[in-house]
Amino acid sequence: MNALAARRRHPAAIALLLLLGLILTGVAYSALAPKQADAASTAASSVEDGKKLFLANCATCHGLQAQGTKAAPSLAGVGAAAVDFQMGTGRMPMAAPNIQAPRADEVRFTQEQISSVAAYIASLAPGPAVPEAEYTTGQGGDVALGAELFRVNCAMCHNFAGSGGALTRGKYAPSLRDVEGKHIYEAMVSGPQSMPVFSDDNISPDAKNDIVAYLHEVDKQENVGGMALGNLGPVSEGLFVWIFGLGIMVGFAVWLGKKAA
Amino acid sequence: MSEHDTPHGEVVGTSDGHGNGHSDGHSDGYGSTAVRLDQGHVEGSGGLPERFANPGLPPHVPRMSDLDEKGAKRAEKQVAALFGLSSLATVLFIVAYFAIDPEQSGYIPGIGNASLYNVALGVTMALALLGCGVGAVHWAKTLMPDTESVEERHPQRAKDEDRQRVVSELMGGGERAQLGRRPLIKFSLAGALALPPLAILLPLVGGLGPMPKDTLSTTMWKKGDRLVRDPERTPIRADQVTIGSVFHVLPESIKDSEHVLEDKAKAAVLLMRLNPDDIKPQKERDWGHEGIVAYSKICTHVGCPVGLYEQQTHHLLCPCHQSTFDVTQDCKVIFGPAHRPLPQLKITVDSQGYLIADAPFREAVGPSFWERGSA
Repeated sequence: MNALAARRRHPAAIALLLLLGLILTGVAYSALAPKQADAASTAASSVEDGKKLFLANCATCHGLQAQGTKAAPSLAGVGAAAVDFQMGTGRMPMAAPNIQAPRADEVRFTQEQISSVAAYIASLAPGPAVPEAEYTTGQGGDVALGAELFRVNCAMCHNFAGSGGALTRGKYAPSLRDVEGKHIYEAMVSGPQSMPVFSDDNISPDAKNDIVAYLHEVDKQENVGGMALGNLGPVSEGLFVWIFGLGIMVGFAVWLGKKAA
Repeated sequence: MSEHDTPHGEVVGTSDGHGNGHSDGHSDGYGSTAVRLDQGHVEGSGGLPERFANPGLPPHVPRMSDLDEKGAKRAEKQVAALFGLSSLATVLFIVAYFAIDPEQSGYIPGIGNASLYNVALGVTMALALLGCGVGAVHWAKTLMPDTESVEERHPQRAKDEDRQRVVSELMGGGERAQLGRRPLIKFSLAGALALPPLAILLPLVGGLGPMPKDTLSTTMWKKGDRLVRDPERTPIRADQVTIGSVFHVLPESIKDSEHVLEDKAKAAVLLMRLNPDDIKPQKERDWGHEGIVAYSKICTHVGCPVGLYEQQTHHLLCPCHQSTFDVTQDCKVIFGPAHRPLPQLKITVDSQGYLIADAPFREAVGPSFWERGSA
């Protein structure tokens, strides 16, 4: 104890104390923080269970009858595909009201629970259903045709390599890297948020499978070396060259012009 | 010599008496010599010296390596180390070339997974070249002589007798060639030298191609042309276009086009379906079909494809310069550098329910051009 007391005026003491305090607060929070409401976990995906889950997790914003409120749109007619996409990618439930729901790493519901809610929402009004698995794996898809379809229909927002891009007033088209084929398909048929709808009448299920095949091919693409800089094209590459390339050249010019000591 | 030895403001060439108040030294030379701090505001005499003295080179400052043998030794070692690094990098380059499997990829901090082969070759080659260059510059800066010296340019004018000889040679040559005596040769030679450039100019001007005529103002769209999907070129039924949908559309006649890319670049159209109640101008509703509207995809700013349709706000955003068009207000510009709305294509349905154009574009699509007019 004496040794501790002797070092209490050491310059590192205050930093150490702060760190300790932060760690303690973090541990205490993780132990005491409110947990996600875990309503009814059942085996069968049924409308009834879905309704319970909906009331517990979604009704605050979307209304008790999913009729929509000022904070969130009506869910009548959005279909099971929209629910499966929004909840399956962690976008819903939203952490906080925001200009756009971001994709989350952590999905807070099991696939069964999501299917229950989807069944409930689909029972309210007809809408696009969760797609058949044969069209969402990309297997057997024509990658070249998928790439052409992607460039015509998707690339203006999502970038030629699916890296995403900016829209107006803070909205953005998210990156399509490492997204499940099922979710890509569902986004096309349901048109989440700013995205327009690409129904099966516009882009056929086979063509959608081609697009998924293309995106999976892009995911597998090897980096041949060097920084990809987000695959954003001339903006990020130009910025990099202007700052670092020119910076190095200016540095060398200054060094060349300076007399040795 | 130190710079303090030179009297500041000393003027040359004012001793001839034309200078105003310079002749008698420092007593009344205000305004033409440096002002001392204790003099306060001094009215200048306006007397500028005829020419300023050349200040010459700044005094030479010797370097560490000039004064101290240890410093020179250290510089020598640094240069040798840089050259050594270059050689080492070259050796590593050769090793990497043979040792690393080109297919192998590995994790590199800050970059992620990348082909090790390319990264190793690139880094070692950069070090090999940079080591050479930096070493050479360091050598030049620290050890090579650095005393300043000035070498005056020698006069370029030739000696008078040489100039005289050249003139007489030329005149005599002309005389001997009978240039003065035979005017026929003189004039025909002038023509022969003057005309040949026309043979170069003519194909240049002729090769600029035919005049554009009205091709900038017209597109492939004509009355009755079906709207087809890009790239599949399948026709679109009105009931397939659900609310919130966007279709990328070409005219069906594009299949007869001989210059597909040129025609596509003018005829590309974006087809959207809105709730008809959201559409504000009556003209937009009339030119569409039950909320389905078709607009040119070519931005009126510099012709980028305007494809970013937000189905909730009904904003159309151009990815190049962020021009934003409001589809509910006949594609009026609400942001960005474009200053004309996107032209609307009047559409209707044929007897089988397929969407067709009811008329060609009423105005030229895309960016402004000289003969476009203001419409």
